[in-house]
Amino acid sequence: MTTLQLQNIVKRYKTNTVLDNLSLDVADGETLVLFGPSGAGKTVLLRLVAGVIDPDEGRVLIGGEDMTDVEAEHRGIGMAFQNFALFPHMSAEDNIASPLTATRSSADAIKASVGKVAKLLKIDHVLSHHPKALSNGQKQRTALARALVGSPPLLLLDDPLRNVDAKLRFEMRLELPRLLAAQGATVVYVTQDYKEAMALGDRIAVMANGSIRQIGTPEEIYNAPADIEIARLFGDPTINLLDVTPKKGPHGIHVELSNVEVPLPGAPEEVVGRDCVIGIRPESISFTTAAGAVPVDVEAETPLNEKTVTLVLTARKREILVSRPAGTPGPAQGAAAIAIDGSTAFLFDKATGALVRKTATAHGRNGEAA
Amino acid sequence: METTSPLERIFRFVALSLVVLFFMFPIVWIFLMSFQTNETILTIPPTIVFSPTLSNYAALITGKLTTSAGTLDIAFMRNLMNSVFLSVTSVALSLVLGVPAAYAFARHKFRGSEDIAFTLLSFRFAPPLLVLLPLTQYFQWLGLSDTYVGLIWVYQLICLPLILWIVRGYFEDISADVEYAYRIAGHSWFATFRKIALPLAGPGIAAAGLLAFIFAWNNFVFALVLASADKQPVTVGALAFVTSSGIQYGQIAAAIVLSVTPTLALALYAQRYLVEGLSLGAVKG
Repeated sequence: MTTLQLQNIVKRYKTNTVLDNLSLDVADGETLVLFGPSGAGKTVLLRLVAGVIDPDEGRVLIGGEDMTDVEAEHRGIGMAFQNFALFPHMSAEDNIASPLTATRSSADAIKASVGKVAKLLKIDHVLSHHPKALSNGQKQRTALARALVGSPPLLLLDDPLRNVDAKLRFEMRLELPRLLAAQGATVVYVTQDYKEAMALGDRIAVMANGSIRQIGTPEEIYNAPADIEIARLFGDPTINLLDVTPKKGPHGIHVELSNVEVPLPGAPEEVVGRDCVIGIRPESISFTTAAGAVPVDVEAETPLNEKTVTLVLTARKREILVSRPAGTPGPAQGAAAIAIDGSTAFLFDKATGALVRKTATAHGRNGEAA
Repeated sequence: METTSPLERIFRFVALSLVVLFFMFPIVWIFLMSFQTNETILTIPPTIVFSPTLSNYAALITGKLTTSAGTLDIAFMRNLMNSVFLSVTSVALSLVLGVPAAYAFARHKFRGSEDIAFTLLSFRFAPPLLVLLPLTQYFQWLGLSDTYVGLIWVYQLICLPLILWIVRGYFEDISADVEYAYRIAGHSWFATFRKIALPLAGPGIAAAGLLAFIFAWNNFVFALVLASADKQPVTVGALAFVTSSGIQYGQIAAAIVLSVTPTLALALYAQRYLVEGLSLGAVKG
């Protein structure tokens, strides 16, 4: 176990700044997920920590020690790569053993350690195979075994589930937290899949354009996304985003959708009359027959496994996604009405895209139609 | 599954046979000639029915060339040994210098790296005849003319750029992640070069080495000008068969067979590894 600190890291390739004055602290034993779209600089950051590329500015501290100028082989890190990066001319066993052969362990000790980690990852029956003869899932497990075998205090996982099929990804998503916990290592995990990020991370750092936009627990990021972009990245189906101008009425601050008032409990006074974007998660919207609901037209319905997603159009032809648990009754094609839970909606400033924080005195009052 | 009709297979067989016949014919003809006397070779029309003789090979190996004008000493076996020595040493030196250099050019973009690599390649742009005169002058000043060291040095002009550029491409094809993975596993860069980069670029190094060997073996001009009789390779030595009493076709053919054999053997031997290496999918994890 160890800590990782990145201080004011800058990395440029020619004129292109990939990492822009980035700082990050990872606590002892914590699993931090680096999440962001491709090109955000996640992989570069990971390689910087591993020591295979050097930052232009800034410092990398591992366990409180300045490792900025220390070569990769002396950093004592385990890393799994997105494309597995197995050594094609070595058997799976030699691949996994490679971090141990660098130390002065005996052949028997190496064999025992490899056998143990291979058993843990259920690849002990393919140890003699070369990477070419392994399935994608086995390759991925071999790569993971290679990263884990030396019990490194710091583990870097670069989107290890990216290149495996959906079923395996789901299995590994369940299995990985247990594996990582058993290791007790500090983990930095890179992914582009928000579900993976939510499932694995103690904290999530959302990256975009070479800097960290928001860092927090999965709940914090899901329930209070710092800006529109982050709100859009987390959640499936995607959050509904509508241009609105909040107003103040007798029932407090509200927005009007199709001339129906949707109250926004906890919204600060300053948003009144400002151009905003409201973000409403599809699961915060429900179909209703009660009076005072927003009238919509049902456009299309997509049944997913555990939920049903309905696309509806408002009177102004704005598209809204509504999600409900599968098996619950929904409206037929044509006219319907929706109720919006304003207490779980987010307001973003339209000009900056930043979240408008709710006032501390917000009392969790639900919308009248709920 | 790919299915081929019998007709298509027959057609393919005929077409391939024609191609093989076309390209192999000169070699087969030379092979046959090497077992004939000058008289049978020069018969018109040529015949493929003849009583084979080993006199050509005997003459080459004993070094006594018997012509109508008398007996002539030739140093063919010595030339052959020179060829082997010069080619092997040149290629070995080129590999020792070129492979690490290729790795450096492939992995480290340093100031001027492209310029240096291009300069090395440009050695092959100039026709040898262009550089020969100044080279001869320099070699005479330096005392390098007519020495093995001098010849091997000049052969680097042929071998080094070839090896450097071919092997560089193979190194560039190896995913950097694979090397990173080995570094992170706790191995030094030199261990990574030895245990990862070299084996993965192995087929490329073999191909480049083989090609360089053939180029070195076939070199004529440099050796002609810079070496005297006892240092000459077979390519130059073959001139001895053009004698005052005519051209000794039989001996030339035998000499060609003997001088092609080492390259052919090497190519056949290396081919196994080339194919194996390439089919390993060397760089794809």
